[in-house]
Amino acid sequence: MESTAHAFKANVGHALADPNLQDSLAKLKVGFSERRRQAAERLPEFEALRDRARDIKNHTLAHLDFYLEEFERKVIGLGGHVHWAPTAADARRIIAELCQSVNARTVAKSKSMVAEEIALNEHLEALGIAPIETDLGEYIIQLRNEPPSHIIAPAVHLTKDQVADTFLEHHAKLGFDKRLTERNDLVAEARYVLRQKFLDADVGLTGANFLVAETGSSMLVTNEGNADLSNTLPRMHIVLASIEKVIPTLEDAAVLLRVLARSATGQESSAYTTLNTGPKRREDLDGPEQYHVVLLDNGRSSVLGTEMQDILRCIRCGACMNHCPVYGAVGGHAYGWVYPGPMGAVLTPQLVGVEEASNLPNASTFCGRCESVCPVRIPLPKLMRHWREREFEKHLTPKAVRQGLAMWSFAARRPALYRRLTAMANRVLALFGRADGRYRALPLASGWTRFRDFPAPQPGGTFHARWAKRKS
Amino acid sequence: MSTSPPKSSTRPRRVALFVTCLVDLFRPSVGFAAVKLLEDAGCTVDVPPLQVCCGQPAYNTGDRATTRAIAAQVIDAFEGYDAVVAPSGSCGGMLSHHYPGLFDDDPAMKARAENLAGRSYELIAFLVDVLGVDKVAARYDGAVTYHDSCSGLRELGVKEQPRDLLGSVQGLTLREMKTPEVCCGFGGTFCVKYPEISNAMVGEKSADIASTEADTLLAGDLGCLMNMAGKLQREGSTVRVRHVAEVLAGMGDQPAIGEPERS
Repeated sequence: MESTAHAFKANVGHALADPNLQDSLAKLKVGFSERRRQAAERLPEFEALRDRARDIKNHTLAHLDFYLEEFERKVIGLGGHVHWAPTAADARRIIAELCQSVNARTVAKSKSMVAEEIALNEHLEALGIAPIETDLGEYIIQLRNEPPSHIIAPAVHLTKDQVADTFLEHHAKLGFDKRLTERNDLVAEARYVLRQKFLDADVGLTGANFLVAETGSSMLVTNEGNADLSNTLPRMHIVLASIEKVIPTLEDAAVLLRVLARSATGQESSAYTTLNTGPKRREDLDGPEQYHVVLLDNGRSSVLGTEMQDILRCIRCGACMNHCPVYGAVGGHAYGWVYPGPMGAVLTPQLVGVEEASNLPNASTFCGRCESVCPVRIPLPKLMRHWREREFEKHLTPKAVRQGLAMWSFAARRPALYRRLTAMANRVLALFGRADGRYRALPLASGWTRFRDFPAPQPGGTFHARWAKRKS
Repeated sequence: MSTSPPKSSTRPRRVALFVTCLVDLFRPSVGFAAVKLLEDAGCTVDVPPLQVCCGQPAYNTGDRATTRAIAAQVIDAFEGYDAVVAPSGSCGGMLSHHYPGLFDDDPAMKARAENLAGRSYELIAFLVDVLGVDKVAARYDGAVTYHDSCSGLRELGVKEQPRDLLGSVQGLTLREMKTPEVCCGFGGTFCVKYPEISNAMVGEKSADIASTEADTLLAGDLGCLMNMAGKLQREGSTVRVRHVAEVLAGMGDQPAIGEPERS
């Protein structure tokens, strides 16, 4: 998708003024974090599992080439194919060629953020191949022509009423001309409409939560079972996954699965956990005749060995955004590209360029709640700070901020001068603020006083001035 | 005011107060409250005159060179004290958790930064965890709610210590918010760089504060307190906002943050 990360501030303005979005976010903020907290509390070894999950991913990243080649060897041994895609364009081309090789007209897609990353749907549509999203949330936003606003709950920005209107608009021509109001009825209607599309699809395309090197399996977790229909009904199954999804063993997968669902939705495990291990074998009753895995790099290998490497541990649970007060205020679309929230604020500058996404790592209070819930303990605030350091080095930091900082640091490095300046500021602010105790407007601080009063200093001088008097 | 007897005879005696820029400029009474609490607990308190700022404005803007220069200045200023105590989890966390990482390429400075980190504390955690203070003899007639500032809570583990001490304040009842651990939206320069988001966050915080029906809001960081006080007062709230140290030191009768001097 086209990035609007550069327009973050404008996006924020729209998000804060959208009452439907604010309604949806209010529910999200309470629901996800409370369910995660309860799930973590029910499992005494949860914190120890987070350590193990971190260690598994660190080990894999340290030997990524080995495990990827091992995975490839296993997939080929099973009769499947592995395609290496250095860039998004390569991945689009590979997938399009695979679809064209079986004259595909429709592709049943199970939710994949990597497919969003490479803008696959637009590419297939341009070639006359219809991608059909089969995850309920993805299906809803596909009908509305919107990008996902959350990595595990793509339509979380919408209210039930908005979904009802969307279904009426798009399903009426299929004979469903009654506006539904009950959640279950909406799900049933979507299921009915989607079922025929599964049966008609020529190709099934899924993402992968994990790629297991020892078995050559791709692993998927869903709550809707749509992935299983996507990968068993059509003749060709294409798995699109980024390179950091590989892990060594099924044993490792078991550890990661135990932290994944708990961190994401607060479930002990997702409703469906599926392993796809090669194409249909002779004795199998069903399954795809062709099994392809497209491995996307798209800049990730350049992160290896750098101070940003920890972000490649991410298992896409969404806990960081579920707990982020900034995400909770503005939602996912404001971030302007595929990955929102704290993990997006670290990953997006890497994938679309820090010039384009310079706001994202800055739009954080460093409150640390994301890191405190991350199942693989990614130090997200630290990584966002690294981006700020790179922006500062590249002179991308806004001029007003740089100049203010330069003046402040000139004084802060000269204690005697700093004392004189603060004593003066204290006197002036205390004098003019004396009557009310606060300011309703203040020059140079309109960002503050537009929304808040600004407390005046206590009269009587700075602490240091008073302390010096007390000592003498 | 009285404190419980010390738990250990080897506890730090010579304590340096890291005043913090905001306390120095806006609310010196927090510094004097900190001095009182430390002196009552048996410490000798010094305020090194060469201290300025911990460097967070530069650190969080990505200016590593300036941060290192300021950190080196702080390390010099606080050489030789048994403990360095700040009435702020944010500044305390900067000294104890972030300084060493600034000097990865300079082993001598790194060792000095680690030495400082090992003896740097947030005020209330220092009183309770290090000095063994378990009650104060203050009085505050009112219902208070306590906001957990982010760095203190998540970097330094400040959670029960202030609540334990507030429990010993005569006349005080504590009413918890639904989400006392969610950020108030201050975030240093964040609140002026992204004022709309900051406002949405502090607006939610003020609604949570109002729902407790407490008459006083307390926290351990002046930045957060000024942000929340400013929002509450703009909304016309009558909730008074104070630093927790002021109430614990029995200095809770002066004008609250953003209130005028009484004539």
